[in-house]
Amino acid sequence: MPVTTKAPLLEVHELRVEYPRAGFRRGSFVAIDSMSVRVPAGTTLGVVGESGSGKSTLGRAILGLAPITHGGVIFDGREITHADARTRRALSADLQVVFQDPYSSLNPAMTIEAILAEPLVAAGTSRAAARARLTELLDIVGLPADSLARLPREFSGGQRQRIAIARAMAREPKLVVCDEAVSALDLSTQARVLDLLLDIQAQTGVAYLFITHDLDVVRHVSDEVVVVNRGAIVERGPAAQVVTNPTDPYTRRLVEASPIADPVAQRARRAARHPT
Amino acid sequence: MTGSTAAPVRTPSDHVVRRALRNPTVVVSGLVLLLVVAAAVLAPLLAPHSPTEAVLDDVLAPPSADHPLGGDSAGRDVLSRLLWGARTSLLAGLIAIVTAVVVGVPAGLVAGYRSGRFDAVAGWVASVLLAVPGIVALLVVVSAFGTAMPPSMIALGVLLSPAFFRLTRSTVVNVRAELYVDAARVAGISPVSIVFRHILSVVATPIIIQASLSAGVAIIVQAGLAFLGIGDSLAPSWGAMVNDAYRSNIEAPLLTLWPGLAIGITVAALALLGSGLSDVVNRTDAVQSPRRSRRLAAEAAAEVAAAPKVEARTSDEATLVVEDLHVQYSRQDGTRAEVVKGVSFHVDRGECLGIVGESGSGKSQTAFSVLGLLPPEAVRVAGAIRLRELDLLSLGERSLNHIRSSRLAYVPQDPMSNLDPAYTIGAQMVETIRAHERLSRRAATQRARALLERVLIVDPDKALGSYPHEISGGMAQRVLIAMAISCSPDVLIADEPTTALDVTVQQEVLDLLRELQRDLDLALVIVTHNLGVVADICDRVAVMKDGRLVETRDVFDLSAAPQHPYTRELLGSTLSNVAPRTRIGQGSPSTATTEA
Repeated sequence: MPVTTKAPLLEVHELRVEYPRAGFRRGSFVAIDSMSVRVPAGTTLGVVGESGSGKSTLGRAILGLAPITHGGVIFDGREITHADARTRRALSADLQVVFQDPYSSLNPAMTIEAILAEPLVAAGTSRAAARARLTELLDIVGLPADSLARLPREFSGGQRQRIAIARAMAREPKLVVCDEAVSALDLSTQARVLDLLLDIQAQTGVAYLFITHDLDVVRHVSDEVVVVNRGAIVERGPAAQVVTNPTDPYTRRLVEASPIADPVAQRARRAARHPT
Repeated sequence: MTGSTAAPVRTPSDHVVRRALRNPTVVVSGLVLLLVVAAAVLAPLLAPHSPTEAVLDDVLAPPSADHPLGGDSAGRDVLSRLLWGARTSLLAGLIAIVTAVVVGVPAGLVAGYRSGRFDAVAGWVASVLLAVPGIVALLVVVSAFGTAMPPSMIALGVLLSPAFFRLTRSTVVNVRAELYVDAARVAGISPVSIVFRHILSVVATPIIIQASLSAGVAIIVQAGLAFLGIGDSLAPSWGAMVNDAYRSNIEAPLLTLWPGLAIGITVAALALLGSGLSDVVNRTDAVQSPRRSRRLAAEAAAEVAAAPKVEARTSDEATLVVEDLHVQYSRQDGTRAEVVKGVSFHVDRGECLGIVGESGSGKSQTAFSVLGLLPPEAVRVAGAIRLRELDLLSLGERSLNHIRSSRLAYVPQDPMSNLDPAYTIGAQMVETIRAHERLSRRAATQRARALLERVLIVDPDKALGSYPHEISGGMAQRVLIAMAISCSPDVLIADEPTTALDVTVQQEVLDLLRELQRDLDLALVIVTHNLGVVADICDRVAVMKDGRLVETRDVFDLSAAPQHPYTRELLGSTLSNVAPRTRIGQGSPSTATTEA
């Protein structure tokens, strides 16, 4: 962990998210409870867990998309736990998101130009400046320059995810929440999108909160990793250590259950699991 | 997964408006409505007489050159009254619809977008409005505000507004869950802009359709009120004309016909326009006739037969043999897309073959065509598909069904959508078992229980009594595996059996499949994109790309020394042998060209 004396870019303290249950006086469902994480500027924090663990809820709470009932979120020195719409708008320059599903995260009725220009125009960028930035963005994410006039359905899943990344990077944010950003992609496409994300990080110093169920992905992109199970963090530490030498029983189970692509190693592992 | 390759490619020009203009219902009803609107607007120019001018000589006059449709009971020109009456009817429809939209749509937008208390209150109000008896409410309004048309139509609009409210609200609730709306919120777009830019466009179409249908209702209600004598009796309207004609029914029966036709044609045109538009919007691609499918199959077969034969290497003891399999989909424009291009493989008893590839490689299509489960628009041509001594290609649908249920089993990707939510697990298993074995209900239940025990479900009795939504995804997959092995099949084809599951559950399901394969001596085919799953369970691997098998080898050989460049690329994309936080690929990542 890089030793920093100053406060981290993102600090989440004892966060609890509760959803009211449908119906009268049904109480609430606690999605995550007392979760604390820190993301120093320019680094990647991996959040790994299975479905229903609350890993996505953590990201959504930071983005203001989930109801926080306890604890706080401090981003770049600002308290944003219950930020109102105006603060969120100002915040959106620095805090962005890439979602899992590249099909539902782009409005099918809007052209790529309208999709990418929306955050810039909302921030008051002039039309000419926005246009210049769009060309630049397409170049960064490696899409052809004639993409602007086209609709999302004309692009493949990997290309759509590049468009979503371009939209997130439009205003040079300090932190991007990547919620299963490569999970819907084919292996070779996933590799190229991961390369792209790491390249952008190297060039711009953006920090990532990288939420995923895939241990290989989290090991590959993260500096630090937290493992989430049933709404709570069960283990945290440097990526290599958590993934190769886990101490928590749940993490160990997770690591052992993730199959590896090398059949020799995978069968040795299986044999170790079933000694008979 | 690969099913998407078969979908016809939509070009941007294939726009809703264009499609609407190609739909005969929309065009004809639209033209009729245009005529009615033109008649109403141009009534002062078109009408030969004043609609209120009464001439004693023309009372109940028969059609003549001066009065093409004759005169009514007060000696007024029927044609003129019909033209001017169109104004009243259309205005009535317009007032009602505008009121309903103005009241219902914004309330629906807010209720759907904000939910919470406003949603609850608005919902109650809508329910109360729906419960109010319409005609009573209208009569109250008329007695309070007089007999002029606008107040009653505004009241009718309010009564129609719950339909618009509910439609808008449900559409907004669906759109709001879309990630692009979340993305817009994170991007700092204000709620008002989000509603206008992202949500209103989706809501607009169903609202237009609903408005078209409701306008017809409003016109009928207004005519009904006028017929009852509620309304300005002097102003020309179709309803008042029917009333007048009704009174002189015996002397001049034709008089009822003209306003009746006008009302009927206008309302029918509005209703047809609404349903035509909804057809255009919710377009379902026309299913091909079986005859056309057969013709295409014959054409494709001839084409493949003409092509040079691929020598398929098959072992004699192979359980399942597939030789030179082709699958084609015909597109709307008549051309065909080939998604599986000459695939040959075999699987033996006690062996596990993995078919790996990325999306669009044709791996699922290959599995489906072996099972005979391709959609009707697909055309399958193969040199041979044999299950032991049986030639599956020569079997009819009926015998194929029998084979599928007894010797060739299938485990799907998404366990939940393959269980019927309306029936218990027990009922579904018993039905499956009794479909191909003559067993009493009790014996079949015993058998189902034993099968659930076989797939290591801890409490089989509880599982039998559960509905699909009450069990986890992992358990649902075990249930489907239990159903698949219920008839001791020779071959089990599993299409991405663990993709929808968490890794810890995936491990349990793979362990189960491996154990069953060993105990039942199954020939197992696993279709997957996950190289970890392949490494875990497969003996041999067939790598697919763009509809072709590029390499079929022993799993250890393939991993140690991949021969085809694509296999090397695929193995090179895994993250396990790459140093963390370093580039995986060679060269620049800023080239998305190979992703297309």
